[in-house]
Amino acid sequence: MQFMASKQPENSLLGPESDSQRTLYPYVTGTSVVALKYKDGILMAADMGGSYGSTLRYKSVERMKPIGKHSLLGASGEISDFQEILHYLDELILYDNMWDDGNSLGPKEVHNYLTRVMYNRRNKFNPLWNSLVLGGVKNGQKYLGTVSMIGVNFEDNHVATGFGNHLARPILRQEWHENLSFEDGVRLLEKCMRVLLYRDRSAINKLQIAKITEEGSTISQPYSLKTYWEFSAFANPAQGAVGS
Amino acid sequence: MKTERKLEKQARTVRSGYLYILSLALSASRDTAKMDLNMDSNAPHSMGTTIIGVTYNGGVVLGADSRTSTGMYVANRASDKITQLTDNVYVCRSGSAADSQVVSDYVRYFLHQHTIQLGQPATVKVAANLIRLLSYNNKNMLETGLIVGGWDKYEGGKIFGIPLGGTLIEQPFAIGGSGSSYLYGFFDQAWKEGMTKDEAEQLVVKAVSLAIARDGASGGVVRTVVINSEGVTRNFYPGDKLQLWHEELEPQNSLLDILNSPTPEPMNI
Repeated sequence: MQFMASKQPENSLLGPESDSQRTLYPYVTGTSVVALKYKDGILMAADMGGSYGSTLRYKSVERMKPIGKHSLLGASGEISDFQEILHYLDELILYDNMWDDGNSLGPKEVHNYLTRVMYNRRNKFNPLWNSLVLGGVKNGQKYLGTVSMIGVNFEDNHVATGFGNHLARPILRQEWHENLSFEDGVRLLEKCMRVLLYRDRSAINKLQIAKITEEGSTISQPYSLKTYWEFSAFANPAQGAVGS
Repeated sequence: MKTERKLEKQARTVRSGYLYILSLALSASRDTAKMDLNMDSNAPHSMGTTIIGVTYNGGVVLGADSRTSTGMYVANRASDKITQLTDNVYVCRSGSAADSQVVSDYVRYFLHQHTIQLGQPATVKVAANLIRLLSYNNKNMLETGLIVGGWDKYEGGKIFGIPLGGTLIEQPFAIGGSGSSYLYGFFDQAWKEGMTKDEAEQLVVKAVSLAIARDGASGGVVRTVVINSEGVTRNFYPGDKLQLWHEELEPQNSLLDILNSPTPEPMNI
């Protein structure tokens, strides 16, 4: 074990570190979450990786969790902050249930709560280092929204976090349409996840797809996708190339 | 861009090595320590040690090396990094010695009170969650990665990893510390579900020994702690009794013994 001094220099203008917390940096992180609306509700996909810097350290991290009766939360970014958010939401749902008034928080309300939490933490320079995807169905109304660590929030027919923004959303923009069947929705998500697997260094080949409908939510068992490597240009990259 | 980063990284390592020695000599060490940490700020940095926790059918085996270093000097070559929290829960400590000690001390204190109030032994999950709370809520100030392992009557043997940042993650086996970098591949290949107690312990000893062979910040003896329904057993494997790996030679008392031996030893290059 190393002998380390405290993290503040003597001439710092910051107050005692125990009083407040400043911007952190993430340690154990999850990569993209992708989600879309389909005929019966929301489909969401995320892999099960927890990276520690460039090491793919944890390979069985569940990054999607059901919230109450009507919502599903997926998170990318710092896993410890995601675990903390789940604790906050546990409390929120508990208090909601304790009213015992027949009412229950829907996805729109949970999304709003998360937005407030994330934005307020950002204002205090102590963000929860996550990008969240909140999807659900209540009274036939489908809802899919996202919140970032700085409080940027919006809802849409399809959303993605992290690398998914760059790689999955263009695919979704082209191929998503209203009233996708369950099978088509799953295939579309898998198409996005496969591209992420090829092109995102922090992706691992072990994912789950979650579904939420009026009836409730299910998260699939972990599974892996087949990948394609048999292009002749892959097998013979230097064929015909001069001087390679 | 990649070569630039590579050079920068090399410069960083050289600098931080030099600065560690400097920080020992200077009493106002915080400026240099901060420079160190700024250089490392975005990539999580490993901490000197190898720690392992493994479940088997019936309990858990915890293992660790015994080297505590201050910079390049080995301050303690026989330290005990597997610390007791309760009768049935132990924790492997890595990272800052001070941080990991103070966190274990607080959690031992809380668990003691919790046991009295509960009227029965605390569960491994409760112990792990207390560690998590301290690690998460003080994440800006602490630098310690911990592996909590134990046995309780409800869930049997359990291992929880709590890396930097305070993520709590239950695993069938966990590795930590700087030496663990050399063990990811080893465990990917050698780990299997449902081992016996002896298989598990041999795996742990082998793994720590392999990490010691390659990690400068790990060394000394291998200590293991086996926890199951029957209780706790501590074991001690001195450095010179461990298996030899690649390019390691059989230890001798003296060259003279080799020269005077009846058959000359073949040269090992």
